[in-house]
Amino acid sequence: MTVKELIESRCFELVQEGEETGRTVSIPYCCDLLSIAMSRAPEGCVWVTVMGNMNTLAVASLTDAACIILAEGVSLDAAAVRKAKEQGITVLRTEHPVFEAAQTVYELIHREEPHIG
Amino acid sequence: MASLYYDLHIHSCLSPCGSEDMTPYNIAGMAALKGLDVIAVTDHNSCKNCPAVLAAAKEYGLLAVPGMELTTSEEVHAVCLFGSLKTAMEFDAYVHDRLLPIKNREEIFGRQEIYGLDDCLAGTEELLLISATSISFEGLWELVRSFGGIMIPAHLDKPANSLISNLGFVPMDSRFTAAELHDMKRLHELKRRNPYLEQCRILSNSDAHYLEDIREPEFTIEVAQHTAEGVIRALLS
Repeated sequence: MTVKELIESRCFELVQEGEETGRTVSIPYCCDLLSIAMSRAPEGCVWVTVMGNMNTLAVASLTDAACIILAEGVSLDAAAVRKAKEQGITVLRTEHPVFEAAQTVYELIHREEPHIG
Repeated sequence: MASLYYDLHIHSCLSPCGSEDMTPYNIAGMAALKGLDVIAVTDHNSCKNCPAVLAAAKEYGLLAVPGMELTTSEEVHAVCLFGSLKTAMEFDAYVHDRLLPIKNREEIFGRQEIYGLDDCLAGTEELLLISATSISFEGLWELVRSFGGIMIPAHLDKPANSLISNLGFVPMDSRFTAAELHDMKRLHELKRRNPYLEQCRILSNSDAHYLEDIREPEFTIEVAQHTAEGVIRALLS
């Protein structure tokens, strides 16, 4: 599945569409401590977190995550949305908890019926 | 007693997210222009611009308290203020040894500039300063006190990197005497949910990353002694 297909699944609300939406997503990854995500987030992952912060975007760039999903109704403030735009990072959001969001990404990757949607 | 207009949480160009215009002299100049009496430059996990900030503040007739905004292992931000430059720099060395061994990448995080006493760029910090340290929030009060300083949980009302957002609530065994809010309007609600705050001195600082965001003279603290140590004592009482 590509980032574009993830966006088009409409399982998640689009906050900011980035560049490189044609890239394939590898795996959902869940972590809220940026210091851990910084060294462990797999390349090309769909990173699900409740940490809606400017630093989240920097860590996504550093680890080359495919996109970010903010769970539990978390969102970005206007300055962070601008930063995401500048850096070409795709950011989605959902009211659902982290597990349900990651499970849905997993189901979409494996062409199963999505949990959310 | 003197009543001082304060802003005790300002980032310089040493913080990767801080504007490059936030040089020590520009900060002191802007603070003086705005009519503040006391400032603290508190960069993420570093005091390395404090020598220049103290020199600049002196020239502008301002009081400056050496400080740092520490990121704990739980990614809680805490403003740490010190009575002297010497103890602040000792704490800086202690924290530097406990940073994650990740190098800064300027194109992603921004530059981390250290200024000299002559208002010229003297160098850059190589390790990434905005990551967590291995220092826990638990025991942080005692640790900072052992350097003669004071620890103030930062921006309690913000949804990320605050004691309340990251640890859920004020821990039962807390000993801090002052806490910081970004927006004083949220004080009543926060006190209701966190009764510990009733006994704290509540500060509201700017957390400025840009010159124009430095606080206007709005809130004051009463100090008996017009020194950095005097500010620490006022915040301890």
